Amino acid sequence: MRPYRPAPTMNPNQFLARHVAALPKSGIRDFFELVAKMKGQDVISLGVGEPDFVTPWHIREAAIFALERGKTYYTSNLGLIELRRAIATYVEQHFNVGYRPEDQIIVTVGVSEALDLACRAFVNPGEKVMFHQPCYVSYHPSIVLTHGEGIAVPTYAKDNFALTAEALRAAWQPGAKMLMLNLPCNPTGGTCTREQLEKIAKFCIEKDLLVLTDEIYSELTFEGTHTSIASLPGMAERTIFLHGFSKAFAMTGWRIGYACGPAPLIDAMMKVHQYSMLCASIIAQEAALEALQRGWDSVLKMREQYHRRRDLIVRRFNEIGLTCHSPRGSFYAFPNVTASGRTEKDFAVGLLQQQKVAVVPGTAFGENGTGHVRACFATSYEQIIEACDRVERFVNSRK
Amino acid sequence: MNPVLKLLIEGSSLTTGQMAAVAGLTEAEVQQHLEQLKKDKIFLGWRPVLDLSHEAAAAAAVRAVIEVKITPERGGGFNRFADRIARFDEVESCYLMSGGYDLLVFVKGSSLQKVAGFVSEKLSTIEGVLSTSTHFMLRCYKEQGFLLDAGEAQSVRLNVTP
Repeated sequence: MRPYRPAPTMNPNQFLARHVAALPKSGIRDFFELVAKMKGQDVISLGVGEPDFVTPWHIREAAIFALERGKTYYTSNLGLIELRRAIATYVEQHFNVGYRPEDQIIVTVGVSEALDLACRAFVNPGEKVMFHQPCYVSYHPSIVLTHGEGIAVPTYAKDNFALTAEALRAAWQPGAKMLMLNLPCNPTGGTCTREQLEKIAKFCIEKDLLVLTDEIYSELTFEGTHTSIASLPGMAERTIFLHGFSKAFAMTGWRIGYACGPAPLIDAMMKVHQYSMLCASIIAQEAALEALQRGWDSVLKMREQYHRRRDLIVRRFNEIGLTCHSPRGSFYAFPNVTASGRTEKDFAVGLLQQQKVAVVPGTAFGENGTGHVRACFATSYEQIIEACDRVERFVNSRK
Repeated sequence: MNPVLKLLIEGSSLTTGQMAAVAGLTEAEVQQHLEQLKKDKIFLGWRPVLDLSHEAAAAAAVRAVIEVKITPERGGGFNRFADRIARFDEVESCYLMSGGYDLLVFVKGSSLQKVAGFVSEKLSTIEGVLSTSTHFMLRCYKEQGFLLDAGEAQSVRLNVTP
């Protein structure tokens, strides 16, 4: 076959949509390339955003069984009704909000798809969407891709990266339509207390905001109980609750999540979903059903492991002199590295090159991550202990 | 719960130094806990878990499970016989069972003949033993929590992801 050679006069970039061309690539991607170059060099990675556990065997086995029984078809656009029933029961028991399986729940290809569906279903071109930052890398791009305008609301280390109603009020602009929440938060591990959420809820009602709450890390809450903003008075009718199986059940590669909300809103999301994705994979849906029905022992075991790993890594970072709050949820520590005399980017690159430990610069999650790095503790005790020793050598090498 | 005991129950293979780091104790405190657990006869000792299908590890590679029926004795039940059987070096584990037989005995030997000899000459001749039924193990798929030839895909996790 002849290799493809572009005509010298042609510029393929001319075909790109302007808003996509203008969208920067994720900062995570740059760092991924850098780490990939060091293959085979005994790199300890604290740079991942997923559990180190493999999906529990009974869940994998249920998926194999589903395949053996010939479950290879499309499902309803909203997802298998048995799964939606199980989701409704789970959400009611764990989050104290009731949703009808028939028309208030949609099963999606991960929370990422649900997020995209919501933006496409609710945001008109030019409309403003608020999100707290540092945040997961997809939030702002999801808004931009639907021609919306993002308003970043900063969260601060002094508040343990909880979102405050004061910061929200300060950042608010006329015309703001929607607020995205991710608590516990990737990358900061920040959460809000019930009282903080009540103030946020009051603000949302006052400003008539629609709330998109991504609670994917809620099962990994180590202290106290997790409160969903959807469960607060007057909020269920203006909230889309997003959740999935990736983190709690170690099912990232299955790509399975869901959205719950008022029927007309879920119906609008379903319209976008049916014309784009059609349905989530039936195999993943079968596995998710097994996870909800029989997976809780595994979740509790994994949570206990994460809890101790968190205590270990946070204690070590603070001993080393890198101030680190104890994240109440998620599996991310977000230490401040300015005491090392380096910017977060220099710290991450230097640590990788000199001591072969990968962490992600906080600015990959927005400018409010300046001075911090994200260190994922979803890895073994041995690796965390060794990684922290290396960080210590790296920090001390400058002193 | 004793934090060191908790790590032991999980089957962790950490060194005492690593246990100290995980549990937020000093290494000396971990040692103290271990000593106390030994004193209390909760923690009996360390043993490596080996894949005995490997030539290099196959020094005592023949293993058998033996169902033993016993006539219990007045005053002692099964205990005296069970203790007598358990003391043989060939016996790795010995359990009193409910159901069709009384004791389940895990035996290890360097050859089939040695294990067979142990059963016919030692075990079955013990006073009170009514019958034995010996099952030789052919292949191991999981050893004390470790899957053999599992082919888990953990190593394909990317190094940096969002």
